[in-house]
Amino acid sequence: MSEMLASTSKGHIEVKNFSLAYETIEGPVQAVTDTQIHVKPGEFVSIVGPSGCGKSTLLNAVAGFLKPTTGVVTVDGEFVNGPSAERGMVFQQYSLFPWKTVRENVEFGLKMRGMPRSQRERAARTLLGLAGLEAFEKHYPEKLSGGMKQRVGIVRALATGPKVLLLDEPFGALDAQTRVIMQQILTNMWQRLKISVLFVTHDIDEAIFLSDRVYCMTARPGSIKAEIPIPLERPRQQSMMMSSEFLALRRGLMSLIREESLKAMGGEINDLGMQGLNIELHGHSLVEVL
Amino acid sequence: MSSPALLRHPEDNMPAIAEAGPVPAVTPPATPPSFGTLALRWYRLNQGRLRATAIGIASLIAFLLVWHLLTTYRVVFFVRFTNVPSPLTVYASFTKAMHDPKFLMHILLSCRRIFIGFSLAAIVGVPLGLIMGRFKLVHEIIFPVAEVLRPIPAIAWVPMAIMLWPTNEQSIVFITFLGSFFPILVNTLHGMSLVDPVLVRAAQCLGARERSIFREVYFPASLPHIFTGLTVGMGVAWVSLIAAEMISGQYGIGYFTWEAYSLVQYADIALGMIAIGVLGLGSSLLIRGAGQLVMPWRST
Repeated sequence: MSEMLASTSKGHIEVKNFSLAYETIEGPVQAVTDTQIHVKPGEFVSIVGPSGCGKSTLLNAVAGFLKPTTGVVTVDGEFVNGPSAERGMVFQQYSLFPWKTVRENVEFGLKMRGMPRSQRERAARTLLGLAGLEAFEKHYPEKLSGGMKQRVGIVRALATGPKVLLLDEPFGALDAQTRVIMQQILTNMWQRLKISVLFVTHDIDEAIFLSDRVYCMTARPGSIKAEIPIPLERPRQQSMMMSSEFLALRRGLMSLIREESLKAMGGEINDLGMQGLNIELHGHSLVEVL
Repeated sequence: MSSPALLRHPEDNMPAIAEAGPVPAVTPPATPPSFGTLALRWYRLNQGRLRATAIGIASLIAFLLVWHLLTTYRVVFFVRFTNVPSPLTVYASFTKAMHDPKFLMHILLSCRRIFIGFSLAAIVGVPLGLIMGRFKLVHEIIFPVAEVLRPIPAIAWVPMAIMLWPTNEQSIVFITFLGSFFPILVNTLHGMSLVDPVLVRAAQCLGARERSIFREVYFPASLPHIFTGLTVGMGVAWVSLIAAEMISGQYGIGYFTWEAYSLVQYADIALGMIAIGVLGLGSSLLIRGAGQLVMPWRST
């Protein structure tokens, strides 16, 4: 079945029986265990989970930076053996090359492919135009705002025409207003390019607003706790975030994650503890009262 | 220059409203700023730099003045200025030296030695550092040897260099090379160790292979540290060169300075020292300039 799909369409990600362990002196530490996920061609899928749950580990394995301890990662039926331009990646830290101008950054993938200079310059200009960054093509990344940097990051990843786009908390470092705009831009690009997207975030609203489907991961060692389809219609509007449908999805995901976050934090954090310091000081210092 | 009217932006009227504090409004609304206001504005923008330049010139003059006073009154206070030449006598020997082809030859020879020794150090040190930083095995083989040789001052190499090389000239260049080689190597290595791994991963995701990653990521990412190494290396190259010339040279500005002492030409001692200082400063300025040319993304 999956082989058939792979032959007809592009960008089908499959992760089967996946586990990944790090070697330490005390023996292997499981980061991710027993995980199955898939992204259908053209689908937008997010992974949410508490920090340290291994969602980035999973994404890095799909990118080809990490090898699974058990299980397989395939894209269109082909095993992932290492990073490649077929799987574009966008990083939280932007990771633009500081020594290259905006346009040279976008050109990079095309240059690696051996495209002649004039041709790749034209391609980069076109892409930058779509992202509204034409005027900044000669700037160095340092001079750009966070939102502009990440737009360059996305355009750079898309320039080589990858089958899938992998994003690792790409908007995590942006302020709330910029993030909303960036989500809209990403959605537009995704709909135009019909590319498969695997998106890692810890922001629940973001995951719901963007995705067709959301995987929720457990605390470390990470595995898939739940898979939630997002039936909200497209194109999605900012106003949908107030709809009862959206809020119901949000409540559901929120409680799933909260459970896992408490687990991930460890120790004895309970509701009582979260009420805060319940000590009356009466004008004394904390040390005196204790 | 374009006319003053073209230089004026609509925002120019804004600060007058926004900063209605103790600072009086600089721009009268709706009329082009006069030469006076432009000059005032230029002065305000460049105040810091002007101040630094003014103080710098004043302190140089003060230095010369103190030197002059100490030598004309032949002050003896722990140190003895009895035989130290005054700035004026040094200037006199400078004007004489400028017409003396021998003095110019000393300087030219020193510069040539620096150029060859330093260039060789850069040509060997930078690629070696890059390769050591990238390939563990090379690092593991070369690093221990480098660590043992590194603390040996270049002057201590003089006898060995004379044994190793058939001519004096070669051994002096060799010492200059050694002096600048290790700072260049160590800083290049340091730069390589600081390359952001995320940038390497970004390049891999865009289809870059080993060779391209080396050229497009590791090398430019290390450039700032490479230039630090080159600057430090240039300083040490001069130190080593002068020492080598004083010990085993027949020509060169270091030899000139030492010879001046032997021949009791006290003014020439100071002249030689100042020449060394100026040459050292000039060569580090050259490297800094080259750095700005090569790394346009770092200039603000």
